[in-house]
Amino acid sequence: MNKTASWFWFIAAGVAVFIIGGLHMAVIHLDGIAGIFNPAGGSSLAWENVSGRNGSLVFAVSYVILLGAALYHGLYGLYNIVSELGISEKANGLLKKALLAAGVALFTVGAYAAFAARFITVS
Amino acid sequence: MTDNKTSGNRLGVKGWFAGGRWGMERYIYAIHRLTGLGLLLFLTIHIFESSMRIYGAPVWERTMAFLDHPLFAAGEFLIIIGFAFHAINGLRLVFLELGFGVGKAIEPVYPYRTSVQVQRPLAIAVMILSALLIAAGGIDLFFIRP
Repeated sequence: MNKTASWFWFIAAGVAVFIIGGLHMAVIHLDGIAGIFNPAGGSSLAWENVSGRNGSLVFAVSYVILLGAALYHGLYGLYNIVSELGISEKANGLLKKALLAAGVALFTVGAYAAFAARFITVS
Repeated sequence: MTDNKTSGNRLGVKGWFAGGRWGMERYIYAIHRLTGLGLLLFLTIHIFESSMRIYGAPVWERTMAFLDHPLFAAGEFLIIIGFAFHAINGLRLVFLELGFGVGKAIEPVYPYRTSVQVQRPLAIAVMILSALLIAAGGIDLFFIRP
């Protein structure tokens, strides 16, 4: 992917995080004020509410989209910050590969959890 | 966008805090980066911590009991501060990237009027909106949370 495309996706991922991450923050951190998507009421982190959201396909898909967007936005942001500090081309190449590997590994763990939790809840 | 140069960034990280003539936008830039790095660190931890739910209710409840500590509540508030600021300021940056709120191009006649001055109301709006969201998050976390 060239730099223009990478930058476009960086911004697009940021907008996705703003929307889905904003909703996620409202559900989890404004549970007392907003109290949305907490079917059992009370704390958003109570197991009844967590398993209720786990069972929803919409939530599972939105978690995976948020995970991918947040990881791409965060890791590309980190890549830009480190690159700007003036590292060699070789170090730059290694950094790119290391961040890609970290991103794929973290995405795999998070995406697996999003769908595994759904099947545990459903079964 | 980044050009991968081996030199040319003389100040390095110090430059983030040397606002100089750039004023408050330079510090907002530094805070945006710092909050971004903090949120990335949190995201990495959050992926593993939230994945505990796949092991069922007992493990989830033990994890939540472990995190039910004033130190983690303070950390959660830092996440709310970081997210609120980074998200609202990020929206400002998207607007600026698309050319909204930067003003029309003008002749460079002395005394120069910089685009930064035109953008300032947007930066102030970011501060106010972030403060409102941080206050809402803080009130929910420390006073209302069930």
